[in-house]
Amino acid sequence: MLGLGVDRLQADINRLLASLFHQGVLDEHFLQLQQLQDETSPNFVYDVINIYFDESEKLLRNLRLLLMDREFSDYKKIGLHLNQLVGSSSSIGARRVRNVCVAFRSASELSNRPGCLRGLEVVEHEYHYLKNMMHELFQLEQQRLLAAGVRYPI
Amino acid sequence: MGMAAESQFHVLAVDDSLFDRKLIERLLQKSSCQVTSVDSGSKALEFLGLRQGIESNDPNALSTAPVNHQQVEVNLIITDYCMPGMTGFDLLKKVKESSAFKNIPVVIMSSENVPARISRCLEEGAEEFFLKPVRLADLNKLKPHMMKTKLKNQKLEEIEEPSKDEIGTVTAAAVVPEIKGSTTTEIEILPLQQDLVLVQQGEQTLSTTNKRKSMEKGISTDRPRPRFDGITTAV
Repeated sequence: MLGLGVDRLQADINRLLASLFHQGVLDEHFLQLQQLQDETSPNFVYDVINIYFDESEKLLRNLRLLLMDREFSDYKKIGLHLNQLVGSSSSIGARRVRNVCVAFRSASELSNRPGCLRGLEVVEHEYHYLKNMMHELFQLEQQRLLAAGVRYPI
Repeated sequence: MGMAAESQFHVLAVDDSLFDRKLIERLLQKSSCQVTSVDSGSKALEFLGLRQGIESNDPNALSTAPVNHQQVEVNLIITDYCMPGMTGFDLLKKVKESSAFKNIPVVIMSSENVPARISRCLEEGAEEFFLKPVRLADLNKLKPHMMKTKLKNQKLEEIEEPSKDEIGTVTAAAVVPEIKGSTTTEIEILPLQQDLVLVQQGEQTLSTTNKRKSMEKGISTDRPRPRFDGITTAV
C-alpha cells in the first residue's frame, strides 16, 4: 500500500510540471537542467535553483532601489542587472520570467522610467509565482523521496 | 572513442556569477572534464601564473595557490564576456599576448547576441563564442580544441624527455616558446596519426556546425584560425 503513495506523488509532480510547461512558466531548459543531475550530483537542481533565487532577489532589490530613487538616471546599470536576470532565467528554463525581463530591458533602453517601473512590477510578480511553484515542486519531490524510502518489513 | 589521452581535460572556467559558475562546472563535469572555476579574469591569470601581464616563473609569486601552477595543465579556458573589471575579452587578449599560454584555446560565453562583439572575440583568437544558456551539446564541440593542445603538449614532452613516464603532466608551459618552430614540424609520431585524423574530423564537423550556428545568428565564420605548430589541422 505504501507504493501507492510514491506513485500518487509522482503523478502530482508530473501534473505540476506539465501545467508549468503548458503555461509557459518553464521551458525545455528546465529539463536539460534536470538531466545534469545524477548520482554524483544528486541535489544539483535544488542547489542551483536556490542560488538562482538568492541572486535574483538581490538583483530585484537593487532594481527597486535604483528606480525608487528620485534622482535616478542610470539606465545602463538597470540594463546590466537585467542582462544577468535574463541570462540566469534562461538557463533554468524560466521562460516567462525571462520574457518579462526582456520587455523591462527594452523600456530601460528607451530610458522610459514609468515603463521601467511597470516592467519591474511585472517581473516581481512572475518571479514570485515561479518561486512558489518551485517550492511546491521541491516539497512534492521531498515527500516522494520519503515515501520511497519506507520499506516493507521482511 | 578511444583516445590517447590518459588524463582528463582540465578546464579553467571564469565567471563572476556564482550561479553561472555552478552551472558551467556541472556541464563540464558531465562532459568528463576536470574544472577549476574562478570569479574574475585577474584570478584566472593568477591561476595560470601570469600577474599584471608579467609572466612569473617564481612559485613564490603564487602565494595563494597550494600547488605549483606551472605544473597544472589547462586545456581550455571558458569565460563569461561581461564581468566587472577585466572582461572576458580583456582576459582573452592577455592570454593570447602571453607566449606561454597563447596556445590554450579560449571560449567566450555571453547571454547577449551582439554580432560585432562575437566577431571581435573570434578575430582576437577565441575558438568559439557560446550564447547562454550553454548546453551540453555546445561543450562537445570543445573536445577537438582541447585534444589539440593535449597532443601538442604530449609531443613536446616526448621531444624533451623521451625517457619519462608517458603519463607525466606538462612541466612549465613556459617551456613551449623555446621549442616552437620548425623542429616540431619535422617530427612525425606515428601512433598519434589516428588521433590527428580524429582531430581533423572533429574540425570538419566543427566548422560545419559553427557555420550553421553562425548563419542562424547572422555572423561570419571567416576568421583567422590560430596556428598550432607541428599539428596539421583541416580548416
